[in-house]
Amino acid sequence: MSIQAGWEAVIGLEIHTQLATQSKIFSGAATAFGAEPNSQACAVDLGLPGVLPVLNAEAVRMAALFGLAVGAEVALESTFDRKNYFYPDLPKGYQISQLAQPIVVGGTVAIRVGEGGKAVEKTIHLTRAHLEEDAGKSLHEDFAGMTGIDLNRAGTPLIEIVSEPEMSSAAEAVAYARKIHAMVQYLGICDGNMQEGSFRVDANVSVRRCGDTALGTRTEVKNVNSFRFLERAIDYEINRQIELIEDGGRVQQQTRLYDPDNDETRMMRTKEAADDYRYFPDPDLLPVIIAPETLRAWQASLPELPDAKAARYQASYGLSNYDAMVLTSAKQTAAFFEQTLAAMGAAGDAKLIANWVTGALAAQLNKEGLEINQSPVSADLLAQLLLRVVDNTLSNKLAKEVFDALWAGEGTPDAIIDARGLKQITDTGAIEVMVAGILAEHPDKVAEYRRGKDKLFGFFVGLVMKAAKGKANPQQLNDVLKSSLGPCGEAGGEEGTQ
Amino acid sequence: MSYHLKTLTQLRAGLASRAFSARELTASFLNRMAVHDGALNSFITQTPEQALAAADFADQRLAAGETGALLGIPYAHKDIFCTAGVRTTCASKMLSHWTAPYDATVHQKLNAAGAILLGKTNMDEFAMGSSNENSAFGVVKNPWDHAAVPGGSSGGSAAAVAARLVPIATGTDTGGSIRQPAAYCGITGIKPTYGRVSRFGMIAYASSLDQGGVLGVSAADCAVMLQVMAGHDARDSTSAPVPVPDYVAQLNQPMAGLRIGVPRQWFTEGLAVSVATRIDDALLELEALGATRVEIDLPDAELALAAYYLIAPAEASSNLSRFDGVRFGHRCDNPRDLNDLYERSRSEGFGAEVQRRILIGTYALSAGYYDAFYVRAQRARRQISAHFARAFESCDVIAGPVAPTVAFDLGAHSADPATMYLEDIYTIPVNLAGLPGMSIPVGFAGGRPVGMQLIGPAFTEGRLLAVAHHYQQHTDWHQQMPAAYREDVV
Repeated sequence: MSIQAGWEAVIGLEIHTQLATQSKIFSGAATAFGAEPNSQACAVDLGLPGVLPVLNAEAVRMAALFGLAVGAEVALESTFDRKNYFYPDLPKGYQISQLAQPIVVGGTVAIRVGEGGKAVEKTIHLTRAHLEEDAGKSLHEDFAGMTGIDLNRAGTPLIEIVSEPEMSSAAEAVAYARKIHAMVQYLGICDGNMQEGSFRVDANVSVRRCGDTALGTRTEVKNVNSFRFLERAIDYEINRQIELIEDGGRVQQQTRLYDPDNDETRMMRTKEAADDYRYFPDPDLLPVIIAPETLRAWQASLPELPDAKAARYQASYGLSNYDAMVLTSAKQTAAFFEQTLAAMGAAGDAKLIANWVTGALAAQLNKEGLEINQSPVSADLLAQLLLRVVDNTLSNKLAKEVFDALWAGEGTPDAIIDARGLKQITDTGAIEVMVAGILAEHPDKVAEYRRGKDKLFGFFVGLVMKAAKGKANPQQLNDVLKSSLGPCGEAGGEEGTQ
Repeated sequence: MSYHLKTLTQLRAGLASRAFSARELTASFLNRMAVHDGALNSFITQTPEQALAAADFADQRLAAGETGALLGIPYAHKDIFCTAGVRTTCASKMLSHWTAPYDATVHQKLNAAGAILLGKTNMDEFAMGSSNENSAFGVVKNPWDHAAVPGGSSGGSAAAVAARLVPIATGTDTGGSIRQPAAYCGITGIKPTYGRVSRFGMIAYASSLDQGGVLGVSAADCAVMLQVMAGHDARDSTSAPVPVPDYVAQLNQPMAGLRIGVPRQWFTEGLAVSVATRIDDALLELEALGATRVEIDLPDAELALAAYYLIAPAEASSNLSRFDGVRFGHRCDNPRDLNDLYERSRSEGFGAEVQRRILIGTYALSAGYYDAFYVRAQRARRQISAHFARAFESCDVIAGPVAPTVAFDLGAHSADPATMYLEDIYTIPVNLAGLPGMSIPVGFAGGRPVGMQLIGPAFTEGRLLAVAHHYQQHTDWHQQMPAAYREDVV
């Protein structure tokens, strides 16, 4: 959606990323999602009197990996602070976070918005990323007149990734969020599951008239659990703010919740009376010290990240920029592509695989709402199928039929080809016999063609292919037909007059 | 058998030689508690059944030839250490019915060493106070004079040891809460270096200052107990990964050449003359034992007091936020809504002094005041540490008063918190600097005990205990007992 003329939007994102550690950030309790309420909360997570936090070193490593991946400064010394506020799902009455000295400062990610010639590249700067503990969950729906508290999530490690307010459209915000999402998955530090809240995006949105230099009053939009909703929520919020101002109103600093059912944002609370969180250094925790050699080892351990991978796909496989971007946009898509390529061995055709992964496979996944790692057609099966395309057993059209059968779980490509008799006819002799037969049945059309009605070529192709039940190799059919019909509109015309 | 007149070393020897059983020993002290604690109120919870069962088990282990540093030795916990199965109240209505589902590290260690818990002692609520008058379970009397306070916040432990209701007890010290009641009750107390004893399971008052320690009859007894309690704990990030020396073996290290620093700023008009005199006598005694007295400077005690009363309440305001009526502890009846639940549960559950410190701390951390109060207090704290570091360039141990006066009368300072806060002026700097400090009895003034404070550089508990031990080898102040508690209980 484009923004109304004369206005511009300013958007910054705060992304809460749950780190994929086995245990919590300050206790030994497990972090798995979906357990019985309060079954994964130990004395530390419950905030019982007398307990103390002990920092999970793995959370530090993961946060540092993120910082290294975005080219940020990873602080060799960072500290924890307490953010004090009362809420029933915050057991201690304070959240352990990092305010004064976060572990990650700065960093950038490159985003690309739009396709083809209209694509625009932009660099988004990160303000910081800091370690903190997640709160529990308040369950308002399940108990009439009461609120249930589930503290399983309490103490789950998070990094909160804060961007500068440098995005100017919902599309840019989504591109940025997707890029961060891809990176944390490439790094293996977050499962990226937005439905389960592993990757939560809050958007700070403000608008101003083009040319204004001062920022408008911002609102914070929460409860956005998919990229699609993020785009819609921001678009809604931009338009709401513009309309409000144009109607003579004033934007209030608020936290707003996105309601996907009604596709709107709603006020949750105003921030006019700024909360005073009374931050101060947590006296229970020592500063986090990272040795320079540890940081170097972590740097060396970084996996290939999306941008580098996309560049390699273009350089090594001759893929288009677009294909390379799509294939590397998610770790699992790139892995699927690479597995397919490897499984095809020497006959591997990267361009062909790219077409299928970004085409038929993506369409089918999208249609059924599946992730690529849930695809019924595995990388191995796709490789077997595409080998039959490369060796001319299948035309692209037949291959799509086999693909659909694979999706339906009908077996391996070769078994499906056999069972359905889909093997392409590549015997030139057999094709010649079929062509001769069709031409013999339609002498008048042959004559018309030879007088110059070239459109009839397709008519003959159709008839032969129909006779071949679609299995004739298209290229061979073309060749045989062309030589059997002879030139179009030359000798044929003369012959006709004789 | 007058078990209450024996030292811990004698009790250990008697148990080991089977001269008496752990059950006899335990029963004897339980009997003293039953007879005397009605007047003293030094215990919040007594655990006679568990104690006797534990004593029987200790006897089995002793009979099997097992040894443990404290196998069969009765003791009491300040009611701030979490003990699975026995309630932990912090002397607060907020926790009056709360039982921890886990053991504090200190409790685990004492259990493992075979010590027998007789009960949990009274204290100022959440360790906030210097008189033990801030307890939801009533005031504690000083065994030397029932009109006097026992000091605080570990007043119950101090009174119980002074009356020999237990041979030894744990305590905690945030601003003087072991040393001052030890002084007021005429016993020996040690607050170790910050990080020496694990804080895991010790309910937090001010996390950067709290430190567990011992209240006992003598330095030698305290050494045995501290040996068991000290050590690094992976569950407490602030506990020190420093090896624990053999405190008992170090008791006899020589005194010759020891330089004792005496801060000239501490012997001024704020200090009662009678107290100053007793301390001077003790210093003369130490000099006679081979030590040298050197004058040192420890300025800014008032600054330390101000810094403490910002930092400690600031941390407390946050530490005590978890007592919100939601998951454990006191909850008000029929809350109208969430804020009502918070307000009434906390207003009803916390006493006046706790509420006062929460409010001070909340204020000190508030936007706009944080820099003026909390940040400046931290700067003052670093300054105090620097003063000590400089002082220890010219001395090995610092000696001085524990408190400006002897134990004051019950109710004397109740109306005036600021005067009460002055009680801690000599002890607070030690907590701010995280140093080890002791209190040992050095005589009486007006019939009430006087304590002398010994302070050392970090992790010199062994030397402090040795200095105290030498002094106690040549004096008998630590063996004095209030007359009413001297006799055997029948």
